[in-house]
Amino acid sequence: MTFFIMDLTTLTLKQTLDLLEKKEITAQELSDAYLERIKKFNPELNAYLDIQEESVGIPAAIKDLISTKNIRTSSGSKIIENYKPPYDATVIERLKEKGVSVIGKTNQDEFAMGSSGENSAFGVTKNPWNLTKVPGGSSSGSAVAVAADLAVFSLGTDTGGSIRQPASLSGVVGLKPSYGRVPRYGAIAMASSLDQIGPFTKTVEDARIVMNWISGSDGKDSNCIHGKRIASSLAISGASYSSVVMTDLKGIRVGLPKEYFGEGLDSGVEEVVRTAVKKLEEMGAEIVEIELPHTKYAVAVYYIIMASEVSSNLARFDGIRFGGTRDLFGPEPKRRIMLGTFALSTGYFDDYFIQAAKVRTLIKQNFDKAFEKCDVIVGPVSPTVAWNLGEKIDDPLKMYLSDTYTIPASLAGLPGLSIPCGFSDGLPVGLQILGKYMDEETILSIGELYEKAVNWRTKKPKL
Amino acid sequence: MKLTTDQVKKVAKLANLPVNEKEEELYAEQLSAILDYIDLLNTVDTKNVEPTFNVIPEKNIMRSDVAGESLSQEEALRNAPNVKDGFFVTKGVFAEE
Repeated sequence: MTFFIMDLTTLTLKQTLDLLEKKEITAQELSDAYLERIKKFNPELNAYLDIQEESVGIPAAIKDLISTKNIRTSSGSKIIENYKPPYDATVIERLKEKGVSVIGKTNQDEFAMGSSGENSAFGVTKNPWNLTKVPGGSSSGSAVAVAADLAVFSLGTDTGGSIRQPASLSGVVGLKPSYGRVPRYGAIAMASSLDQIGPFTKTVEDARIVMNWISGSDGKDSNCIHGKRIASSLAISGASYSSVVMTDLKGIRVGLPKEYFGEGLDSGVEEVVRTAVKKLEEMGAEIVEIELPHTKYAVAVYYIIMASEVSSNLARFDGIRFGGTRDLFGPEPKRRIMLGTFALSTGYFDDYFIQAAKVRTLIKQNFDKAFEKCDVIVGPVSPTVAWNLGEKIDDPLKMYLSDTYTIPASLAGLPGLSIPCGFSDGLPVGLQILGKYMDEETILSIGELYEKAVNWRTKKPKL
Repeated sequence: MKLTTDQVKKVAKLANLPVNEKEEELYAEQLSAILDYIDLLNTVDTKNVEPTFNVIPEKNIMRSDVAGESLSQEEALRNAPNVKDGFFVTKGVFAEE
């Protein structure tokens, strides 16, 4: 016998798992509830490109570029519009083992190239908080699926900010793991020295659960060689992801980079983020001013390195083994392939690619030095809240600059959490918490404590 | 740095990307603006700095040379537009244009 005293789609993953275990709800009821909600709201939001109507299990929305066996995987592009992978990505296999079902594939900027969702070949995804605004990108659909309760959680990828930024703009939790934490086998590659698969969730606790499920070496990603569980750098929470031992932030040093609070940061966003920082201080944290002096070069470094790696990774789309001909690429992939090809070409390789790789070292060293003085680094995720659909689409460079706070951590391979910390002009603002390499445990613990203290989760978009 | 439409043509050929004349002009303009911005990197002193190509220090990750499960031939060919006798059909390398 079952009866609903609440809408199942409002439950967190933790609550869902508890109710399933106690047999108070069934996987079928759960899936039905989400499918009904998807049918109702997806036509307007366009978060999903594919809906699996037969899905039974804990409903997860999966970014379109993650390989799902026999289910359309198009990376938001017409060139592989009809591609159905003959295998599941490792992360999908791992989720299925836990009773998760792929309820659908989500919309994204084509080949993960974008910061707004507007570069998708299949239409834009809308921000559920305001349908005239972008949800952020490139994991636009995955962020919106969680924000609008169209899935219990979702997976996206983050190369220069594509989980953290849409999480911030759409008001959900998003985590970019340390480079090498989660195996990339089955994720259609964008930039191989930067790509990471990560979760979008309703709470930080949920993010920890999903990370526990998907992390750790699978033998198929040469850069993912560690096991699943790595203790916090603060050595306070023991060996597992499942318990939070921290009860306050006493003794935690939170670094504030002055470069993340300078020119370009919207004053409304700054106010909300500084209020969040004050809260951390009230909870016992020591706020330390740090500097990351090479921050201003990060976007330039990223666009050379990422574009170069992209030009190589997208060479495989030759229309012979899968997909169509290369004229089917949209303008942004074409732009980046050409930029990368140019940067790697004879005569320009040293000045562009090598120089960028050297400045990348300096950016990484900035963080190494800063982490001598603090345990985590905190600041805004995005310089602004969500902007109007169509506003930045004609100026590629303007769009690129919106990733200025997320790119540096990607270049250094560090983990980054985006957690809702308030609203400005009625739109969500995310707080970014960056950790030391492989120190997800510390940023998750701090995020969880902050989240419990402020409880922004009770506010939901009106649909 | 300014890119000419000729350079765009050359790069597009290297990248095997079909680009028409109108696109050549548009991309020349957009890529020039992007490269102008990227020229900012020339002001950074990188003397004695090693390039970072991979943030993790490990190299040469190997596995034992033992055969395991793999895709069947049918699965591997399933998404190809042109298949013959169990092979991918491709353009001849030595064929005349």
